[in-house]
Amino acid sequence: MIELFQANNLCKEYAGHKALDGVNIQVPLGSIYGLLGPNGAGKTTLIRIINQITAPDSGNITFRGEPLQQKHISQIGYLPEERGLYKKMKVGEQALYLARLKGLSKKEAKEKLHYWFKKLEMTSWWDKKVEELSKGMAQKVQFITTVLHEPKLLIFDEPFSGFDPINAEIIKREILALKEKGATIIFSTHRMESVEELCDHIALINQGKCILQGSLEEVKSAYRSHTYQLKFEGNLTQLNNFEILSQNENSALIKALNGQNSNDLLMQLIPQVKILSFQEKLPSINDIFIQKVSE
Amino acid sequence: MNNILLIIQREYLSRVRKKSFLIMTLLTPFLMAAIVVIPTYLAMNTTEERHIAILDESNLLPILETKDEITFFHYVSGDIETEKENLDTDEFYALVHIPTSQNLEELKDKITIYSDKQVSLSVRGQIENLIENKAEKIKLAESGIDSQTLKDANINFDLKTIILGEEGEEATGNAELSLGIGFVSGFLIYIFIFMYGAMVMRGVIEEKTNRIVEVIISSIKPFQLMMGKIVGVALVGLTQFVLWMLLTLILTSIAEGFVMNSPDMMANTFQDSPMQKGLMMNQLSMAFGGIPLGQLAFAFLFYFLGGYLLYSSLFAAVGSAVDQEADTQQFMLPITIPLVLSFIMMQFIIDNPDGGLAYWFSMIPLTSPIIMMVRIPFGVPTEELLLSMGMLISGFMLTTWIAAKIYRTGILMYGKKVSYKELWKWLTYKG
Repeated sequence: MIELFQANNLCKEYAGHKALDGVNIQVPLGSIYGLLGPNGAGKTTLIRIINQITAPDSGNITFRGEPLQQKHISQIGYLPEERGLYKKMKVGEQALYLARLKGLSKKEAKEKLHYWFKKLEMTSWWDKKVEELSKGMAQKVQFITTVLHEPKLLIFDEPFSGFDPINAEIIKREILALKEKGATIIFSTHRMESVEELCDHIALINQGKCILQGSLEEVKSAYRSHTYQLKFEGNLTQLNNFEILSQNENSALIKALNGQNSNDLLMQLIPQVKILSFQEKLPSINDIFIQKVSE
Repeated sequence: MNNILLIIQREYLSRVRKKSFLIMTLLTPFLMAAIVVIPTYLAMNTTEERHIAILDESNLLPILETKDEITFFHYVSGDIETEKENLDTDEFYALVHIPTSQNLEELKDKITIYSDKQVSLSVRGQIENLIENKAEKIKLAESGIDSQTLKDANINFDLKTIILGEEGEEATGNAELSLGIGFVSGFLIYIFIFMYGAMVMRGVIEEKTNRIVEVIISSIKPFQLMMGKIVGVALVGLTQFVLWMLLTLILTSIAEGFVMNSPDMMANTFQDSPMQKGLMMNQLSMAFGGIPLGQLAFAFLFYFLGGYLLYSSLFAAVGSAVDQEADTQQFMLPITIPLVLSFIMMQFIIDNPDGGLAYWFSMIPLTSPIIMMVRIPFGVPTEELLLSMGMLISGFMLTTWIAAKIYRTGILMYGKKVSYKELWKWLTYKG
């Protein structure tokens, strides 16, 4: 696994409160990395450290194999959770300003902005003032200014909040397209269904510590409960070493006991019933999240 | 560096392009010119005649005469009650009643002015003066002193002041002019710091409340954003200031040219005497000779900018610590106190520009921008000036350092009522 980004033993303390307490994370190159955790867990502090907005008290960060430093700023794009624009400025002017702060030349920035404005059907907004835009429209402008300079690492903090379903879908599509082009994406959210849909890797942060990390598959299988969802025709009566958790007319939820696996279950089932479908029931990220945080 | 220029550019252009900037910049000189011109104009054109009835029952104050051409006295001789009633019908502005009396001393607090509305202070003063003058003349005559003798005894001395320079050169001093220049420049600096310091503060609050600040500081350092804003606003201030100066100058000279051209005014001011006019100009240039003009201009620019930079970083820190402008009150106090104090101190410093008080207040960076400007027209030793400037520069660096630390933490802190203790903690956080 090649890492774009690695944080080692990060600590940050605010007036006696440990916002980060020895956090280690590795973000694989080209992945969409979900950063999960309840409110106040330290996600925003971590993201601000990656953006060099604040410095950690101890620990270090490497970015593409080098210690993270000022010059990497132009390779990072950040869409904060609390985001806004200058209300009195014109949309185009403002986007241009933000792009140039990221180191693009005026000409380059203009070309790229026109491309994106056209792509997201926003060309007519160019001369409007930001205060004339709806919240969703402003969010689209912010999205564009985040990705415009084609950063290697994109950090989205709750990117879908404030979007209607249609625009959320457009943004989701664009995020996936950026990944295809080779960007690595850190994605912080509470919306577990979008985590399952988008992320390859996740890290769960709670009380300043990273309590769980890995690829989505790994994490899910580590937390499997060995429960199987069965649809069948016939009469299900007796199973050895398996517990039937619930049963309807033609479906059942069965939990394996004593290290039995799916083959053992199937062998017992086949003589008894006609199997319509059979599937291991993996825990959702939501379940894992709740379980880990309440531990 | 490139980024800080971008910030300065945006801060400058976004303000200069505002309609309110344009309106303020254009309107203020008109207001200033109006303040200068309108009173002059009004004073020249007050033509409303005033007729005042005088009922002198004492016969001790014969024939009061008015000196202007709009007030007229009419002696009446009726009964006081009927005269009071006549006040309505006879279109008299007021009725002065001098009751019967043995002598002038007794009249001291017996004279009354009747009118159907409040008599203006100037009319009352005018009548008081006339009566006092008349009484004086009568008393002098009684003691056998002729008023011309008294006039001759009164000699008006006008002392010339000469400032001896370090190399023995002489320059004519003029305390009034020094006072004027010192006061005006101190006042301008005071206004400038308040106006544009508050502008910096509002800018910081705006960025914080509309939440763009986090996006920006992910591209540049908070310190760069703060300094960019401070410098950008300073340029706005300088632009506005220069435009005001130019426009006020142009407008005032146009207006004054217009006023001066009316022959009446010329006659009143210079009594048609070109010689007197020349003399005045000569005096004026001699007076300026004693004032170090080059030093003054340089020092004004230095303290103007130095004072602004010192305070505006503090204003920025205050803006960063609050969520909305209404919450700035508690943190504004320590900033406004030294400013207001130096403003009040100005008049004491003018009385004694070389005293200990003046010395110390012109050294402390928080007060020196205003106080030193008051002292300079009176002459300040070069080493004192350099020391004060050096201290202002270090003071500016110190406040900027403190402000940057508060700012950096404050701009990302929301929904928290911040105390001084909290601010102190922010100072100790690691970058």
